[in-house]
Amino acid sequence: MGMTITEKIIAAHAGLKEARPGQFVYANVDMCLGNDITAPIAIEEFEKAGIQKVFDPDKIALVPDHFTPNKDIKSAQQAKTLREFAEKHHLKHYFEIGRMGIEHALLPEKGIVAPGDLVIGADSHTCTYGALGAFSTGVGSTDLAACFATGKVWLKVPESIKFVFHGKVRNWTSGKDLILYTIGKIGVDGALYKAMEFVGSAISTLPIDDRFSICNMAIEAGAKSGIIASDEITEEYIKGRVKKKHVTYHSDPDSVYTKTYEFNADEISPQIALPNLPSNTKPVEDVAGIKIDQVIIGSCTNGRISDLRVAAQFLKGKKVHPSLRVIIIPATQDIYKQALKEGLIETFIDAEAVVSTPTCGPCLGGHMGILAAGERALSTTNRNFVGRMGHPTSEIYLCSPAVAAASAITGMITPPDKV
Amino acid sequence: MKGKCWKFGNNIDTDAIIPARYLNTTDIKELASHCMEDADPNFMKKAKKGDIIVGGDNFGCGSSREHAPISIKAAGISCVIAKSFARIFFRNAINIGLPIFECPDAVGQIREGDEAEVNLSTGEILDHASKKRFKFEPFPPEMQEIIQAGGLMNFVKKKMGGN
Repeated sequence: MGMTITEKIIAAHAGLKEARPGQFVYANVDMCLGNDITAPIAIEEFEKAGIQKVFDPDKIALVPDHFTPNKDIKSAQQAKTLREFAEKHHLKHYFEIGRMGIEHALLPEKGIVAPGDLVIGADSHTCTYGALGAFSTGVGSTDLAACFATGKVWLKVPESIKFVFHGKVRNWTSGKDLILYTIGKIGVDGALYKAMEFVGSAISTLPIDDRFSICNMAIEAGAKSGIIASDEITEEYIKGRVKKKHVTYHSDPDSVYTKTYEFNADEISPQIALPNLPSNTKPVEDVAGIKIDQVIIGSCTNGRISDLRVAAQFLKGKKVHPSLRVIIIPATQDIYKQALKEGLIETFIDAEAVVSTPTCGPCLGGHMGILAAGERALSTTNRNFVGRMGHPTSEIYLCSPAVAAASAITGMITPPDKV
Repeated sequence: MKGKCWKFGNNIDTDAIIPARYLNTTDIKELASHCMEDADPNFMKKAKKGDIIVGGDNFGCGSSREHAPISIKAAGISCVIAKSFARIFFRNAINIGLPIFECPDAVGQIREGDEAEVNLSTGEILDHASKKRFKFEPFPPEMQEIIQAGGLMNFVKKKMGGN
């Protein structure tokens, strides 16, 4: 019986020939990650345990990206905890403000994650790196503390579900729409504890940024991980970024899946997830006309350069509707700079949108765009839970950058081909 | 473990358990004071030490924030019973020593305000109101090792000391 890509990566990192679903392993970690919310608890736990040295200062990434640039004194204190720990333990991958970006856009950009790696992060969207053909999963702060000490993580080998996307994605349909559509079909616990493996002709032609969006939201279906095997598009992306040697893995033809879903990408139009669950999806045409107060374009899901290019296509020479405000957040400094070079930032400012320095900020109701009672946001982020972006009575509609930018012009939810 | 049960629905997310606006602290007393705030703003006024949270499917979905099980534990809640748990919440609870039990039958029977009792040695949940008993699946031995050590860091210390 063959193995899936996920089983192969876990086996290789646990020193085993084989790994099967349900098996309990202690796996070696190639990279572990924490941010300004989760790492302070990990650091406290690590220090409380009286451990003197981290397992490897080159395999720990600390990214203060959630409440930064520090939004208040308490947040400043948390960021300081990271800074001091990084200095004390000579961590190679600590990213100070100015070099910092949203962690899940930043790590791939800096070549810190490679295909075939096993990565854990004290952030639920750590599953993003599956887009590079890595096994990557979100854990908690104590897991991170234990990994600081040992370089290992405890894992139950997940069962895999296969998602086949046939055909080719339509104009204005993006990776974000494919994953929203998928979550809408299977529910927020439709892949609980499982690995989601994405294949098919629509995936193999999909640009890397779209693949990041897909794997990023695997957690929104309850999954342990999302994965797309590396191919020429992946190799092209990591060229010049990943310096270390890496192994690429592929699922065997006779590997076992608990379920296989087959979708026709040609039939999937841009999607909207209505409040208050990411699974509450509808084609954008069905909800067109809903008035909105704020548009957010950014986050670890959709703050990459191709997302900003799409937004600029809509906003070029236009003004955002006077009834709303638009906040655009490039995910990293490099993306910001590239957007400047291409004139995208000027387009946004001319359109009367706000452009922010990289931060997770509003996505989790941190800062830089909190909603008042009863307000409604249309956002390219990943969660629309009650109170996620501010007041518990505010609402979040999730969508792609194309839908967000088209709607920014009209002031209401608008299909991209109607602008 | 014995206490009054507080029932919640399906997909209780970590933003409802501890909203991100309070994540600029690691102070457990402060985290406890906001426990379940966006699911039930009056929860901390009603709940008493030893009480039990009863959730539906996918309890603790969403973010990886360990602040969620920490706030529940620090609020004095003795355990969480649910139909199923989201996976990061599940491992966080194991790692920090917050007792959690997956038992769909018990969740179906227990009503808000019932007194329930969890017996670890028999692997049973007793609903005092209906006098019904429900079996829950024990954790796999590897997880029990972590639980018995008193959480993951104690487990790690023991292992490292042993080496």
